[in-house]
Amino acid sequence: MEVPLLKQGDFLIATIQAALTDADLLHLRTALVQQVVKFRSRGVIVDVTSLDVMDSFASRTLREVAQMIRLRGAETVIVGIQPDVAFAMVQLGLKLEDVTTALDLEEGLAHLSRRSTNGV
Amino acid sequence: MFIVCLNMHTFDDTTGVESMTRINSSPEGAQVQDEYIETAESSRPASVLLRELVAHLRDNRTQLREEWARRITEAKLLTAMTKDEIFAEATSVYDNYVEALETGTFEALQAYARNLSERIIPRGVETDEVVGIVLLLRDVLARSLFAKYQTDFTKLNRILDAYEPAANRIANTVAVGFVQERERIIREQQEAIRELSTPVLQVRERLLILPIIGVIDSQRARQLTEQLLRGIRTNRAKVVVIDITGVAAMDATVANHLVQTVEASRLLGATVIVTGLSPEIAQTIVNIGVDLGKMNTVGDLQGGIEQAERLLGYKVVPVVETP
Repeated sequence: MEVPLLKQGDFLIATIQAALTDADLLHLRTALVQQVVKFRSRGVIVDVTSLDVMDSFASRTLREVAQMIRLRGAETVIVGIQPDVAFAMVQLGLKLEDVTTALDLEEGLAHLSRRSTNGV
Repeated sequence: MFIVCLNMHTFDDTTGVESMTRINSSPEGAQVQDEYIETAESSRPASVLLRELVAHLRDNRTQLREEWARRITEAKLLTAMTKDEIFAEATSVYDNYVEALETGTFEALQAYARNLSERIIPRGVETDEVVGIVLLLRDVLARSLFAKYQTDFTKLNRILDAYEPAANRIANTVAVGFVQERERIIREQQEAIRELSTPVLQVRERLLILPIIGVIDSQRARQLTEQLLRGIRTNRAKVVVIDITGVAAMDATVANHLVQTVEASRLLGATVIVTGLSPEIAQTIVNIGVDLGKMNTVGDLQGGIEQAERLLGYKVVPVVETP
């Protein structure tokens, strides 16, 4: 299942709508890293609201996405992690260190906008 | 008590001595006693037989007690208790049992059953075990009666007539006592849980406070985490102040849980500030080797709220009165 990437002003939004296979995740990673430069986006939001499971591969891939996008000159925010998922992740030691997280899409956008206005 | 009464009604019907209304109108304690004597008198030599029975049980106390304890172990009941404990309890249950048979009053037995339940419930003894051991005692005693009177069937019959109703009532009393005690404990625990439940309070837009007071065990810690993470979502909180001034100490598991809660909150996009760590808890957290860089801690609740306000961009300015 492919994840649609939406360009919204300076930002790129990827909304995951169903459980993804490992191949889908890798595809998402490649697509995001390519598009972020193509659209000259300053921020990327990955929305995982509909995920009720986050395994180690998914969280590692998301972390890699954040790191790669940073190298490409933009910032990533993961939004919409469910409370249960969050606690399960922490218990499994999947802490998404040094990745910015936010409550939902709105918060994520607010965070990125704040960043870019401060930066200018 | 209630089931005992019910049992007596059926018991009554067979002997046809008393009407139900009469039993219901009489005070409870007196009723039990009355009833017992009534049945003892209804077949004249019953009280004599009961005395003989009690004497028999007294004479063979050691042997029957041992036999009972052995049957309990064989049936794998009371596995939570050691052999010596089972024997000690068996002895006192036995003595109370015989006393109840002799006097026909169950108050002492009831009190003992309550006391016993109080001691064994925390050790995980189940209702079926208690019922099981009382029934075993009944069987052991009945068998000894069979052995004693096997040559005289008429007498055996009359002895059993006297023994059985009393034994059944004793079994009922003990079982009901146990269940009532259990229910009382459950009620108490429910109350305790309700009292301990911790509110997640919103003090400003996007700022939550979670004051924790009392002892935290791992179950309560889980409950707290759940409430907090839900609260963050529903209130769209950005900053949470967890105040643990009221927690004297916590073990490594719970401290670890606290740290995990902080991290899970971050995944939801909220910053957690922990305030009021006691020296002991600080020690525990250092001992479990948490990366303190991620823990945002402030000395007291006031400091925590001030920092939270700074993070949210609030500025509290005193109102200057114009002279």
